[in-house]
Amino acid sequence: MSLFSIFTFEFCLIKMGRKLLLEKAHIENIRFYDVYRREGGYRSVEKALKTMTPDAVTEEVKKSGLRGRGGAGFPTGMKWSFLAKPEGVPRYLVVNADESEPGTFKDRYLMEFIPHLLIEGMITSSYALGSNRSYIYIRGEYAWIVDILEQAIAEAKNNGWLGKNILGSGFDCEIYIQRGAGAYICGEETALLESLEGKRGNPRIKPPFPAVKGLWDCPTVVNNVETIAAVVPIVNEGGEEYAKIGIGKSTGTKLISACGNIKKQGVYEIDMTISVEEFIYSDEYCGGIANGRKLKACIPGGSSVPILPANLLLTTAKGEKRIMNYESLADGGFASGSMMGSGGFIVLDDSQCVVKHTYTLARFYRHESCGQCSPCREGTGWMEKILLNIEKGKGKMSDIDLLWDIQRKIEGNTICPLGDAAAWPVAAAIRHFRDEFEWHVTNPDDAQRRNFGLAHYADPIHAPVTS
Amino acid sequence: MADEVKKEAPANFKVTIDNITIEVAPGTTILHAARQIGGDVTPPAMCYYSKLKGSGGKCRTCLVEVAAGSAADPRPMPKLVASCRTNVMDGMVVKNITSERVQDARAGVVEFLLLNHPLDCPICDQAGECHLQDLSYEHGKEGTRFEFKKRIFEKEDIGPYIQLHMTRCILCYRCTYVADQLTDNRVHGILDRGDHAEISTYISKAIDNDFSGNMIDVCPVGALTDKTFRFKNRVWFTKPVDAHRDCDKCCGKVTLWQRGDEVLRVTARKDEWGEVQSYDGKPGWICNTCRFDKKHINDWVIEGPTKINRHSVISQGHYLGLQIPKETMPDVMSGREPKLLMDIQDVSEVNSVDISALPGPATSKTFEKKEQ
Repeated sequence: MSLFSIFTFEFCLIKMGRKLLLEKAHIENIRFYDVYRREGGYRSVEKALKTMTPDAVTEEVKKSGLRGRGGAGFPTGMKWSFLAKPEGVPRYLVVNADESEPGTFKDRYLMEFIPHLLIEGMITSSYALGSNRSYIYIRGEYAWIVDILEQAIAEAKNNGWLGKNILGSGFDCEIYIQRGAGAYICGEETALLESLEGKRGNPRIKPPFPAVKGLWDCPTVVNNVETIAAVVPIVNEGGEEYAKIGIGKSTGTKLISACGNIKKQGVYEIDMTISVEEFIYSDEYCGGIANGRKLKACIPGGSSVPILPANLLLTTAKGEKRIMNYESLADGGFASGSMMGSGGFIVLDDSQCVVKHTYTLARFYRHESCGQCSPCREGTGWMEKILLNIEKGKGKMSDIDLLWDIQRKIEGNTICPLGDAAAWPVAAAIRHFRDEFEWHVTNPDDAQRRNFGLAHYADPIHAPVTS
Repeated sequence: MADEVKKEAPANFKVTIDNITIEVAPGTTILHAARQIGGDVTPPAMCYYSKLKGSGGKCRTCLVEVAAGSAADPRPMPKLVASCRTNVMDGMVVKNITSERVQDARAGVVEFLLLNHPLDCPICDQAGECHLQDLSYEHGKEGTRFEFKKRIFEKEDIGPYIQLHMTRCILCYRCTYVADQLTDNRVHGILDRGDHAEISTYISKAIDNDFSGNMIDVCPVGALTDKTFRFKNRVWFTKPVDAHRDCDKCCGKVTLWQRGDEVLRVTARKDEWGEVQSYDGKPGWICNTCRFDKKHINDWVIEGPTKINRHSVISQGHYLGLQIPKETMPDVMSGREPKLLMDIQDVSEVNSVDISALPGPATSKTFEKKEQ
């Protein structure tokens, strides 16, 4: 906790890039209402409720080009405009704070240090969507943050930002928090809604989508914490201003939670214009690879997105510098690219074993599969077992092809994206690090004593990589 | 004429499945449209059950390729879709057996389903009427690539009537829908998650409800079987007979599974898709009294032999229009009857045990020679 504060404080002093969310995160007692309000908090609620119609707020969000920060990157304004608005049926805004993706801890930081930003964003967004009861579904393990948010909600309510007829606008809004019970799957929006309704957190079969039939069969928008927080600067400064930050369709700022073998782990706010190389090596951000080691691989967007070797991470297959934004990270598709995902930036140095790492992820997905549909339920366990065998030096060459075939049969054939999320890391690891897997098979004893090391994974790419 | 058609939305949607075009009512799922065509075009379904609301979408065996979404938007759907939960659109083009992607994915699903399935068919009461067996024969590969120990569960007793074999379960969720929608007090559901998820009752409570026995009928595999029929006979040695009785709880229309005049088992009547038959639009679920307590031939009014698909193993040994060959012995022996040297019934007690009257499975003890 304190470690993060020191980092933030440090980089806030020296970084020139635009900050919208964490700009004031380092101010003492910003957690509490008085300081937050003194620093200009709740201006967006005033502006929206007093001077704008709900549709105008949605319009600003559309203009801002804001994309969902939970992982899929779907345009938020468009998602809002899909919300069905039948007469006499309540609508809901549900904030997805079930941040359970390995490597991702940005929402935790946001809610822990500047909780009023989320509450403010929620009130403004609820106004735009016409949600009189909005929910925060928070990861069960974030127990202490529930207290922080409860306090922020109480403060907001005491100061007239929640309740009936907010600011005399006639708009009523209440915010409730619901704790999850410790399941990764409940971060999937329909599983989240099931859990919120008090049922077993199994993803629903879509369609119907939540925008039509969501919470208690009513139209519902489910957004990530960071997405909702970003609504605050968008309303304050206007969507067009917000859209000026960033490149192309990657507008605004993005929180990146960087972890792994880097010197300075922590949450960073970037404006999506810097290169991956700069992000890893500059002192403003990660500060380079720790202990004088070399960069081997990186998962740039949380554990579900494809892992990339150092060479493909820093430059695209076309030889261009890779930039920290949605388009550039995905450049080359899955053959040579990855995804922005949720911004969980996991860095691996040359002392890391990709096989073991892939096994760890497979074990996670096996443990977290809800068990509803067959490919994911059975396939994740199978992949884990094979990967453990390879890691322990008991693997066969044919196991690698078998793994590829299993992941291929899971991907796209499941109810929810957890199947894809389990398949992609395995697929990418085999695609880019096949020789490391083969080395484990051909040198089973060696593999137990030492690592494959950096090998050629940082060498410049000449031929385009194929899947 | 053409103008008139354009004005109103078509009353029926035209959908093409494997190059066969059929008109169905709007709101029909792809699976139901395919069932109207019938035959090989129909995707297999392990978890979907038309009489149980909310079922389907889970097993992924019914995945099909949608080559054109609709006449208005002819783009193909990027992913294979679960035909049981996807409604048809006008002008939709669906590929099932004509799609290599579907065949490949389905073979994968069969392999996944069999991964942790014990394949104990030789000792499983469901063998012969098991949907997973049929699916494996039709869509599976001959071998498995799984080289690890299969998942096992601790045995759990869920009461006197229903046997739970969790190792055989494919987690189709059908039985939980039965508990939700047919019985008034649901005591069982899914515990845990992933490949260690299991069907279980709330704190080992016995399942006790007038209609709980229907979960045996909906179970596609041998995870839930009839304890009163357990190990008594292979299903293909029994003779299915349609019968009915006046019942104040249910429709009373059943299939009796007989061996001679003994009623070994009572089930609801099944339709061609393995689902409980409907009467006047209402599913013919039967009550536990009819299923477990009425095991005497006199309890029932016999209607006639149940129609069994000739491809089913159950139809072996059942002949329609059977002509018993003429007894020739008296002819060649100038009218004399052959002399019976020994009647097996006189010397063996094995055949004199009334198996259907036993409360539980027949064991070696049942056939032990009684002290004279």
